[in-house]
Amino acid sequence: MLKKQIDTFKRYRFLLRELVKKGIKLKYRRSYLGILWTLLEPILTTCVLTLVFSGFFHKGDKTFPVYILTGRLLYTFFSSGSKAAMKSIRAHAGMIKKVYVPKYIYPLSSVLFNFVIFAISLIVLVGALFIFKVYPNWWTLTAILPLIMLFLLTLGAGMILSTLSVFFRDLEYLWDVGLMMIMYTCAIFYDDKAMISSANGWVFKINPLFAIIKDFRAAIYGENMFASPAWVIMPAVVSVLSVVIGVLMFKKNQDKFILHI
Amino acid sequence: MAKYAIEVNDVGMKFNLSQEKLDSLKEYVIKMLKGQLKYNEFWALKNVNFKVEKGDRVGILGLNGAGKSTLLKVIAGVFKPTEGSVVRHGRLVPLLELGAGFDSQYTGAENIYLYSAVLGYSKEFVDRKFDEIVKFAELEKFIDVPIKNYSSGMKTRLGFAIATQVEPDILILDEVLSVGDAKFRKKSEAKIMSMFKSNVTVLFVSHSLDQVKRLCNKAIILEHGQLIASGDIDEVAAIYEEKTK
Repeated sequence: MLKKQIDTFKRYRFLLRELVKKGIKLKYRRSYLGILWTLLEPILTTCVLTLVFSGFFHKGDKTFPVYILTGRLLYTFFSSGSKAAMKSIRAHAGMIKKVYVPKYIYPLSSVLFNFVIFAISLIVLVGALFIFKVYPNWWTLTAILPLIMLFLLTLGAGMILSTLSVFFRDLEYLWDVGLMMIMYTCAIFYDDKAMISSANGWVFKINPLFAIIKDFRAAIYGENMFASPAWVIMPAVVSVLSVVIGVLMFKKNQDKFILHI
Repeated sequence: MAKYAIEVNDVGMKFNLSQEKLDSLKEYVIKMLKGQLKYNEFWALKNVNFKVEKGDRVGILGLNGAGKSTLLKVIAGVFKPTEGSVVRHGRLVPLLELGAGFDSQYTGAENIYLYSAVLGYSKEFVDRKFDEIVKFAELEKFIDVPIKNYSSGMKTRLGFAIATQVEPDILILDEVLSVGDAKFRKKSEAKIMSMFKSNVTVLFVSHSLDQVKRLCNKAIILEHGQLIASGDIDEVAAIYEEKTK
């Protein structure tokens, strides 16, 4: 059974690569700066956010742009990856109706192509680290851990959303609202410490994406994220669980997709 | 090597008719509360059982709504049968609604790679076949133009060229022998004929009995989702002529 699965995956590896390539190519096609936007966009929005939040609210922290950038980059990947995965089944309805292809290829490729774009945009972060003199140490290497969790969480959410949205299209609008909620509880552009200790701190504590961003920031600033283990264990468990649930849901319902697209 | 290319074992395909158009949560909840979520069962196929030997060319006959397209989709693996199973030996390429899997923003060249990947071929294989496909589709000048600027004839030509140049083991033809202009039609028929000689297994759906007689050596008849006859083309064609009189 498992061997058969692996064989099918091998056979469709080229398709997966083609779909990832297609996602990246088509995202910036017909724009003059093309793939450069992957770098320009986070730079520009970080400029705006820095201007607004340090200029107007008088934040003293010199590395504030790095703080914003880390939060924004990770959130953007989660939001665009999960959205693309959610819409992937309907976007490829023409193919699904005609030819047999293992269907998980579609959400998987959507998350992957967004991850590639995200990985490219991390160059901006490296640049920012030099400009604002945040120098790496050994703890910086642990940044890989939140990135893995982020990928799994996005994939899991994407699988769940893509399954549900085949049956209920309203979800596409509902998820926009959900993402807004998630964004505001991610502390992208304000100080998280004050928020966690406030009365509504629990909202932050149950948001796995916020925990991932927090861990990533700790690593980038060269701190030990394991100093508060709960903030690492919770998102790790949630991201693995989301993939498990996503895969099971998708597998159980994938044969019914064709009747609803 | 297995003797059969396709084995269709007791296949049944059930649709829940009333369920098909429910795609908003609001509608679903309202219907559920009202207790209107009834399933209007409809068996498009029932107890269909037949085997296709390697190299056979099987015509599928039947009136509108007999379940021909459903059967092809089940065999192609697009529909999962409610009952029974389908076993395929070899690579299957469907020639239905040519070009429906293309991406309109992509150029012709990019679509060749994408479409072949969908059919399950590797990059090396497409690299080798690329020039042949372009040449057969007669699109040398336009291959780097986005598909959205193609005429419908150009699109079907490209679809046909890809599906036939990749040398499938099993080919599914759904009334597509009327591709493009007269010249290209002749060329595509010749191509299909030459594929017949290379021992490809073919499933062919058409309303034209003459065409089926000309192309196929075996045939089956479907009626209301049931298989009512199968065998050599002459016998089955006689039964079909009797039925449609």
